[in-house]
Amino acid sequence: MKVTVTVNGSQVAAEVPDRTLLVHFLREQANLTAANVGCDTSSCGACTVLLDGRSVKSCTLLAAQADGREVVTLEGLASEDSELHPVQQAFRAEHGLQCGFCTPGMVMAAVSLLEENPDPSEAEVRTALEGNICRCTGYHNIVRAVLAAASERRPS
Amino acid sequence: MSILGTRVMRTEDPRLLTAGGTYVDDLRVPELTGAARVTFVRSPLAHAVITGIDAEAARQAPGVVAVLTVADMDDLPPPPPAPAGEPPPGSEAAPLPLGGPWAEPLLAVDRVRFVGEPVAIVITDDSYLGEDAAELVSVDYEPLPAVPDLDTALAGESLLFPPAGSNVPLTIGAPADPSAFDSCEVVVERTIVNQRLAPVPMEGRAVAATWADGKLTVWVSTQNAQITRFILMGALGLEMDAIRVVAPDVGGAFGAKIGADRDALIVAWAAKHTGRPLRWTETRSENLVGMTHGRAQRQHIRIGGTRDGRILAYRNEVIQDTGAFPRMSGFLPMLTGLMAAGPYDIGRVETAYRVAVTNTTPISAYRGAGRPEATAAIERAVDLFAAEIGKDPADVRRINLVPPDKFPYSSGGGAVYDTGNYAAALDKVLEAAGYAELRAEQARRRERGDVLQLGIGLASYVEITAADAAGGETARLMVHGDGTATVYTGSSAHGQGHHTAWAMLVQDQLGIPLEQVTVIHGDTDLIPFGTGTYASRSLQLGGSAVRIAANDVKEQARKVAADLLEASEADLELDTERGRWQVRGDPASSRTWAEVAEHAGEAGLAADANFTEGQPTFPFGTHLAVAEVDTETGKVRMIRHVTVDDAGPVVSPLLAEGQRHGGIAQGVAQALLEEMVYDSDGNPVTATLMDYAIITAAELPSFELLSMETPTTANPLGVKGIGEAGTIGATPSAQNAIIDAVSHLGIRHIDMPATPVRVWAAITAAASTAGTNTGEGQ
Amino acid sequence: MNPATFTYQRAMSVDEAIDLVAQGGEDAKYLAGGHSLLPLMKLRLAVPETVVDIGRLRELSFISDGGDHIAIGALTTHSELSRSSLLAEQLPLLARAAGQVGDPQVRHCGTIGGSLAHADPAADLPAVVLALDATLVARGPSGSREILASEFFSGLFETALQPGELLTEIRIAKPAAAGWAFQKFTKRAIDWAIVGVVVQGGNVALVNMGSTPLRAAGVEAALAGGASPSAAAAHAAEGTSPADDLNATRAYREHLARVLVGRALEEAAARG
Repeated sequence: MKVTVTVNGSQVAAEVPDRTLLVHFLREQANLTAANVGCDTSSCGACTVLLDGRSVKSCTLLAAQADGREVVTLEGLASEDSELHPVQQAFRAEHGLQCGFCTPGMVMAAVSLLEENPDPSEAEVRTALEGNICRCTGYHNIVRAVLAAASERRPS
Repeated sequence: MSILGTRVMRTEDPRLLTAGGTYVDDLRVPELTGAARVTFVRSPLAHAVITGIDAEAARQAPGVVAVLTVADMDDLPPPPPAPAGEPPPGSEAAPLPLGGPWAEPLLAVDRVRFVGEPVAIVITDDSYLGEDAAELVSVDYEPLPAVPDLDTALAGESLLFPPAGSNVPLTIGAPADPSAFDSCEVVVERTIVNQRLAPVPMEGRAVAATWADGKLTVWVSTQNAQITRFILMGALGLEMDAIRVVAPDVGGAFGAKIGADRDALIVAWAAKHTGRPLRWTETRSENLVGMTHGRAQRQHIRIGGTRDGRILAYRNEVIQDTGAFPRMSGFLPMLTGLMAAGPYDIGRVETAYRVAVTNTTPISAYRGAGRPEATAAIERAVDLFAAEIGKDPADVRRINLVPPDKFPYSSGGGAVYDTGNYAAALDKVLEAAGYAELRAEQARRRERGDVLQLGIGLASYVEITAADAAGGETARLMVHGDGTATVYTGSSAHGQGHHTAWAMLVQDQLGIPLEQVTVIHGDTDLIPFGTGTYASRSLQLGGSAVRIAANDVKEQARKVAADLLEASEADLELDTERGRWQVRGDPASSRTWAEVAEHAGEAGLAADANFTEGQPTFPFGTHLAVAEVDTETGKVRMIRHVTVDDAGPVVSPLLAEGQRHGGIAQGVAQALLEEMVYDSDGNPVTATLMDYAIITAAELPSFELLSMETPTTANPLGVKGIGEAGTIGATPSAQNAIIDAVSHLGIRHIDMPATPVRVWAAITAAASTAGTNTGEGQ
Repeated sequence: MNPATFTYQRAMSVDEAIDLVAQGGEDAKYLAGGHSLLPLMKLRLAVPETVVDIGRLRELSFISDGGDHIAIGALTTHSELSRSSLLAEQLPLLARAAGQVGDPQVRHCGTIGGSLAHADPAADLPAVVLALDATLVARGPSGSREILASEFFSGLFETALQPGELLTEIRIAKPAAAGWAFQKFTKRAIDWAIVGVVVQGGNVALVNMGSTPLRAAGVEAALAGGASPSAAAAHAAEGTSPADDLNATRAYREHLARVLVGRALEEAAARG
């Protein structure tokens, strides 16, 4: 079937088998490879993107379910003039990534978290990231990054 | 002021944070245009004879290019002949597969020995179709009695390799000397388990390969491109120049991506065999049974000493479950033996090990590779000893730690520790943690009989890094006519941030800003010789090679600058703050690196270095974990984790902390949550991430890292390795904390992982045998 | 793995959805949030020939005050439930439980209707609607009907829904008793409950103590008879048949049920 998704502000249309998962549509049809497949039981969160502004696991959605809707991936997070989103900035400043494989999903999950809860406590950040697995960082700096981004986003 | 030791953000990050990394499955290079996809057909049984493979239905399925089995592998070189005579002593401890009767094929030949073993491959136009077609490959099996665990292996009724005559390829070490513990007033003995773990890097195994114009190009998620090339040479019978191996971005490895394994070799072979570019990216379920596992030791420990707390004798006897094929011979338990005594000065230390095969996934290195096992054993032994004599475990440690004036120290396990300051690390952690107040809070909760009890766990450790110090590491440094520099390193980062650290080293020595230093790794066309990254070796070996190459370039540049400035070499200085060559005391005379490099002409400014260390190095530290146990449910909450991890001078605090954090998380995860479980038929029970309990942010506290830097003389940087230290210290401190929380109930030991049901079972058992648990032989 | 081949259909109305499933044969499935169905399809444990996407049926997504009851559309997501101010005020138990289903990404997609229709005994919301004596509204080829929660869960992954029937609404009478509690015992925060306990007033339901959610009848009877929370909690495992699995033995689950019911009753008493 034909699926048309607005990805990072641009329409991507392709004829794909009905069973195509959204993550594969993004990686193959939209040619955006930041979202990664890290598991097959919807456990790891490496595929997390925003669908209509909310974090979702793109491996657990059919591309067809996103037809006519808006997806934002890591590649679409920086501003028009390439200024990094506060979450991206904070991940860099706090060394919140090592191998980078979980990072696209982790960043998008963090963006969504801060949309819904702009001033989270450390415990709230840790719980909100329970669906995103990182094997490299031990989460310590990821949590610092999210808290730093939260305070950056708050009007001073 | 040197850039070393300062908090520099990583140069790797802008790309990773905006476009994402380029891992094997992300590659969109022209050579892979039109690549077909490989799907493996894997054994669903742990132990069986293959009586037939019918691929006809699969071959007819949509999008299928080919279905290949061992019958198609007629273009491989014959295996090397088994060497005549006895293998040289010590060779059993080399990290190489034990061949001979224990040899492992590529695709299974006539027998399968673990669930997940590759039996055939299906090549299709896309991966979805590959899964459809793989379901149509019909393999006939005649099941054999499974050997799912060590006891069954040792009983020897069912043999994985009948010609070998047993399931125990290696037995090393003398039998226990009964007199070793004669002088001990107190002896404690126990059998403990260091359970099987799955490394679970977030990127699983992945390979892309193409055979064109007589050259095989293989992109693989590996820790060692050059070693992978050697392996491919042997496996496929190709000359070195006919192979190029590229490690793109690698999404974590933890020791399980050293070189390339049989699945990767099969894909590379298939690309050559079919002439079609191929890609393979494993699923997580495949990864959990197909990537090597770690740990899996049963340990019998015996510790003895005086009532005052002085440890006099220690024995650790290991049975290493190596899975279906002994891929690393006795390497892992050999390291366990080498480091068995930990940071303690123990007069009499005995180690021994046996390696046994079982119908499970093969075992290989996993963060720490043999040393977490050593530390977990001695740290449990010290706590058991302390409990037996009724002394505080911190005090018992302090009494027995190797004092700072005894280095280099020949430890009871056989390793010679270079430098250390063990008691200082212990005391620093105790103070920062507020040990006395923690014990007071524990006492208050015990007094009140609170449901939530507090446990404090310690681990003092020393570990061996660059165990293959003689293997060395390479670096080539070039300064270009535009003043930028390029480093070609034999190291192979997969998250460690070497590009930033190596650039810092260049800036430190030459004054070229790190943003202008490009670091390249992992491509055998560009870097033909190198070892790669494992064993926490890269900074001390690869970084030292960069330092040496930089000094070499500096001396070359000095000559060129002297000519350019028409001054004598002795009158020149390099201002590393500004990156300029000048006549001493005359900044106006200064020239940039670009000008000097230009002046060097055709020869350019380039240096090669190959640095080997005379010995490995021995970082050390202490971890203190605080655990809260709900004594009604058995649930454990890790509350605090305080550490000293001393690996010498810190080149990059950011990177060093990151390694410690990641190591601690994996270490705590072993103590608390993770275990690869097999049922009695050898079926993996924890074969998805729903069941294999990887630790998440919600289960961990933030960590409290303290600084201590005790240099080594083994390399020009004075550094040791930090990559595995966090894991080694974290596991036993967490385990000890959990047991400590319920020790007042009479509990002396709980095997890892301390899942709620296991902790509850220990509490319940203790309640029903209250007063009779002596800690002996349980 | 990836799903086996199927035909995707999208419904733009409830009637159309029912027709498409009726035509899609025995194996046709409704796709709501997809976070129960798609994981099964990816493991190829579910291989429907037709999947009817009902995710666009906005008319099934609502939380409204019906006077003496709260009406919830079957396609309301767990996230919407957990963030609803109406529920926070009237049915805080449901808001709390919904807020602990899975992780934030799962909650953005998963729906209450999907969770109830899937009927996993380890899921939380089935026990919640059981404790709240909810009425479930289903519509199928032969029209609409109401099913009491107590009659809805018939077995392991089995419900009273007939082939082709779709859950449209969940109606929950506003509780008379204010005390409530939700105790979800897991190994990791992300995990399914090893055992869970739901309390609303004198109603107590259990998660993962059998092949369906169960009311703790023994506990309820004891409470009605004036027993203290701890005395009532002693009855928690009566009438249950918990499984042995990787995370727990049967005996451990029975023990946890007693402990958690006791804690939940204390927590509810503090609220009510």
